[in-house]
Amino acid sequence: MKNLRRHSLPPEALDTADRAILNTLQEGFPLTPRPFDDAGATLGLTGAQLITRLQRLREIGAITRFGPFFDAEAMGGAFCLCALSVPEPDFDRIAALVNAHAEVAHNYARDHALNMWFVLATPTPEGIARTAHRIEAETGLTVWQFPKLREFFIGFRVTA
Amino acid sequence: MTRLDDTDRRLIAATQAGLPLVQAPYACIAADLGLTEAQVIDRLSQLQARGVIRRIALAPNHYALGMTANGMSVWDVEDKVAGTLGEMIGALDFVSHCYLRPRAPVWRYNLFAMLHGKNRTEVENKRTRIRALLGPACLADDILYSTRILKKTGLRLRDGQER
Repeated sequence: MKNLRRHSLPPEALDTADRAILNTLQEGFPLTPRPFDDAGATLGLTGAQLITRLQRLREIGAITRFGPFFDAEAMGGAFCLCALSVPEPDFDRIAALVNAHAEVAHNYARDHALNMWFVLATPTPEGIARTAHRIEAETGLTVWQFPKLREFFIGFRVTA
Repeated sequence: MTRLDDTDRRLIAATQAGLPLVQAPYACIAADLGLTEAQVIDRLSQLQARGVIRRIALAPNHYALGMTANGMSVWDVEDKVAGTLGEMIGALDFVSHCYLRPRAPVWRYNLFAMLHGKNRTEVENKRTRIRALLGPACLADDILYSTRILKKTGLRLRDGQER
């Protein structure tokens, strides 16, 4: 995965058409033989113009992804948010032990007594418990597991 | 659990990095997989109808678009109303993820909502709005800002068996 851009683009990097593309294509994309033509038509662009703009938006880092969003659990995987309370002097050593597991998809330092939060992703539900136990054995710390009990519909859209 | 067949899995593997930016992307994928364009469109439509594909769309980089402050807000909400309140909070346009999760001996919060804004003041204002929406059913809350990304890899469907 490319490095995630964590700073803002200057406002002049995007024109009105770019903003319309970013706002509109967050909602969906057609499953038709010429989807860029069809999506472009609603934006006043040809399919070729839309493709060129999407390529540029990707190059400047305005887009992280374009394509199907899969429900990873529907694909048969298991996921679990986990947290550790790591003594500050040990933080980097523990982070290295945790990150060494391929099952750790991402890991964030956070400002709290539970100061390390990571997501385990495994092909099977049993893999979550197994990996959590390994991390506990290696670090001597309790891995607190916060599996999702319920996910709510997300209305989030970034307005470009 | 939704059963996926071999063709579904090959289609997922071929598209999880994204759609090709060409005039006929589904025909392009079909050619790689030895399928017809109609088969690819039909399969993707079925996967979408079954919820395996949530949507086909663009993901904007919210940092690039100025949303640089991000906090994990957490709420201790009465269990009997947590589902109803979670639905209300998840539907807010500034909440990107919203989940009900179990409590733990060291952790009293059951409702998690990721908040985004141009700065922390904006995020805190959104947190205040949520607090008002939850009302007395919320007994306590906190927000955890990320101080460092320690690791970030894409979630991928893995081939083969677990080691």
